[in-house]
Amino acid sequence: MAGKRYSRRDFIKLASVATLSGLGLSGISCKKADLEEFLQTHYLEMTEEDKKRTIARLEEKYLKKYGKQFTISTKGAKPGTLWAYGLDLSRCIGCRRCVYGCVKENNNSRYNPQLQWIRVIRLPEGSLINLENAEHYYNPSQVPEPGYVYMPVQCQHCENPPCVKVCPVRATWKEPDGLVVVDYNWCIGCRYCIAACPYKGRVFNWAEPNIPTEELNTAVHYLGNRPRYKNVVDKCTFCVQRVRNGRYPACVEACPTGTRKFGNLLDPDSEIRYLLDHKRVFRLKEDLNTEPKFYYFFGL
Amino acid sequence: MRRIAFVMVLIGLFAFCWYEQGKAKQEDFPVPRPPFSEGIFPCSNCHAGMEVNIKRRELKEEHTNIKLKHGSISRWCLDCHDAANRDMLRLVNGDQIDFSHSYELCGQCHGPTYRDWKVGVHGKRVGYFDGGQRTYFLCVNCHNPHDPKFKPIKPEPPPFKPLYRYDPTAKTGQAGQTGKQ
Amino acid sequence: MEAWKFFKRTLVLVAKGRPVYYLWCALLLFVMAVGLWFYVKQMETGLILTSMRDQVSWGLYIANFTYLVGVAAAAVLLVIPAYVYHFDPIKEIVVLGELFAASSIVMALLFVTVDLGRPDRFWHLMPGIGKLAFPNSLLAWDVIVLNGYLALNVIVPVYILVNSYYEKEPVRSFVVPLILLSIPWAVGIHTVTAFLYNGLAARPFWNASILAPRFLASAFCSGPAMVIIIFQVIRKVSQIKFSDEALFKIAELIAYAMFLNIFLLGAEVFKEYYSNTIHLAPLRYLYEGLHGHRALVPWMWLSLAFNITAFILFLVPSTRRRLPTLNLGAFMIIVGVWIEKGPGFVAPGFIPDPLGEIYEYFPNFSELAISLGVWACGLLVFTLFMKVAIPIVRGDFVHSKYAKDLTKIEPR
Repeated sequence: MAGKRYSRRDFIKLASVATLSGLGLSGISCKKADLEEFLQTHYLEMTEEDKKRTIARLEEKYLKKYGKQFTISTKGAKPGTLWAYGLDLSRCIGCRRCVYGCVKENNNSRYNPQLQWIRVIRLPEGSLINLENAEHYYNPSQVPEPGYVYMPVQCQHCENPPCVKVCPVRATWKEPDGLVVVDYNWCIGCRYCIAACPYKGRVFNWAEPNIPTEELNTAVHYLGNRPRYKNVVDKCTFCVQRVRNGRYPACVEACPTGTRKFGNLLDPDSEIRYLLDHKRVFRLKEDLNTEPKFYYFFGL
Repeated sequence: MRRIAFVMVLIGLFAFCWYEQGKAKQEDFPVPRPPFSEGIFPCSNCHAGMEVNIKRRELKEEHTNIKLKHGSISRWCLDCHDAANRDMLRLVNGDQIDFSHSYELCGQCHGPTYRDWKVGVHGKRVGYFDGGQRTYFLCVNCHNPHDPKFKPIKPEPPPFKPLYRYDPTAKTGQAGQTGKQ
Repeated sequence: MEAWKFFKRTLVLVAKGRPVYYLWCALLLFVMAVGLWFYVKQMETGLILTSMRDQVSWGLYIANFTYLVGVAAAAVLLVIPAYVYHFDPIKEIVVLGELFAASSIVMALLFVTVDLGRPDRFWHLMPGIGKLAFPNSLLAWDVIVLNGYLALNVIVPVYILVNSYYEKEPVRSFVVPLILLSIPWAVGIHTVTAFLYNGLAARPFWNASILAPRFLASAFCSGPAMVIIIFQVIRKVSQIKFSDEALFKIAELIAYAMFLNIFLLGAEVFKEYYSNTIHLAPLRYLYEGLHGHRALVPWMWLSLAFNITAFILFLVPSTRRRLPTLNLGAFMIIVGVWIEKGPGFVAPGFIPDPLGEIYEYFPNFSELAISLGVWACGLLVFTLFMKVAIPIVRGDFVHSKYAKDLTKIEPR
């Protein structure tokens, strides 16, 4: 019996030699840092020691690559927080300052590929939720244009996220403070989550990110805006590096018309709770039961 | 003797309250410095020695760049700017407030907006919402009080349309764009 | 030691052949080399070298993957008649059919691998070592069932073949349960692949209950059709003999499956066009064009024409039982179902995208080269399997021929 089993294995070996010859050769050097990166465990399974070592390794890697000293935070969720966002559709003028504010804050690739976590769409008045009529590439000389409403869309940080459900390696998960995050060192780049997201909240680094070095933001979070790698997924993190320290996200600060509101759902004095209590809020595609934490309302 | 002292204290208290009543009730918010034009404040630099003319008219000699487009039929300058002290603003009941509390003035007419601004649902807040310095923008940081309607602005560029073919030199979306879209 | 000798002898079998064999292997190796070259470039620069973008994030690779999982599932259409109904003409070729299924699965797994952004992190997918998200993620299910099916379809034929080599009867209590297991497992692999699309509420074109039955119906058309063509080729180039009855029976089964496929397509078309909601958009994109984008329209109509014609050719006994029309029908099905299940299924799931944008995906040369490389790899694997399996099945490659060497007395 043993002999036959051996021969079966050899058979498979013969067949797979041809197929395995090309794989696994690209980019695997024998440096110790690369080996450590290859063997790195999942973020949620790291001990504090592991995290410190990983951070030190990553900071050194970024220093070598970009010539700048990054400070990578691993700050966890504050207890008693559940972050949510409010967006006043009566005030958005479609100027896209939020888009580029986000890009700068979060070290997004500027070109080849251009990664924008916020997508502002223009909808005709009278047909608000029919996204078939959405125009993404409007470029008039001035906004707002009469007869149109502008709706920025980004990751909605759903309470019931379909992207988390479908990830085959659990590289994306929902943190205790409600943020849906990605471990860029665990993602295998299968893009199933992009197919699963109903809001186009997730984007893919199709190539090595191109960020002008002088615009790099060095105050980063491991799960947030640290410079990513090619062929992994990323998305809006509600500026995890800011909100866990009590600062407003970059898009809130960039908006010139005060359209964006952010706060802690569990804090009864927050702006967001006032919004939910006093304004007519709705969420996108609520029939999909994803329970987004991004509330649209009309302030006027 | 004791009765006189008691009455004096009461009168003093009454006077103090009257005096406090004269000053407007002020709620304090962490606002930035009001966005004055260059060199315009303090107004008393020019207005201290000037004669006060409360007749409603169109100004011909100074402040000609200000065209009031904010309730201009029912009001004019001295309905909001205090005639006696130009460094202060004037509420409807005659009370004076300083420029960094201008939201109280706006809130007299724009009640719902003022209530929303106080909780943060209207307007812009930057900084730390917890554990640090927070800044509530004043009404006038966004709205010109003499012409408050927002003007249209030029939008930032649209996203690049997805290109079929990878062009390593393309730093913008327009160069070498191929494919139908 | 004995196993090593056996392995060396299979190598000898594989290394020797007619000029046609060498040419075929050389061609396949060349196509594989070209594909590999493009793949290395793709891994260096990133997946930006494909035509996939955020709007259409799955393309030719996953289209081929879906098609090939279906082809592999269809081996069950050979296993059922052979082992359950003991239909002798098919019994002669069932082992080869299972090896064909194994090669298809190898191709399917390779397609997923070339589509992955970070295949160097493949160990994250291993249950126990990595963090496989079973049972939440359907891709995790797919990893398990596809590898299991590959194992089944390699263990069973190899076991039977090796026993034939030693001229021994296979132990039925070992092999029959595995064979019977492979029947629901084959249905399972394609159902799981269908479910991985089906479960996405974000893509209304895929979020239809009809998906799993339709996948199975089209799988049972395309896989056996490939078997019909490939096995005639094998019959021509090697000395294996099997009767045409096997092919005719397979074609009859295909006819029933194709009827189901066309019927289910009709059901989908009715539901979308009659209800006329905004979810009609992807189907309109396929058959009419949407907002001026019409790239797939001629392909879809061609696929429909092919499918219906082939259905008629296979249904009518006189055309089914004649090799020229049989082969024409099989070829039509292979192409028709590939269009319908590949680009005609994956692309419209993304068109229009969740925010209403339309990006018309069309594969570029790099993707085509890599895809052809993977197909060539699968065909090479199948060729090598056949080079060893056919002589065993015919009885040419048996241990007794070599056994006499063992009885030679070595001089001291």
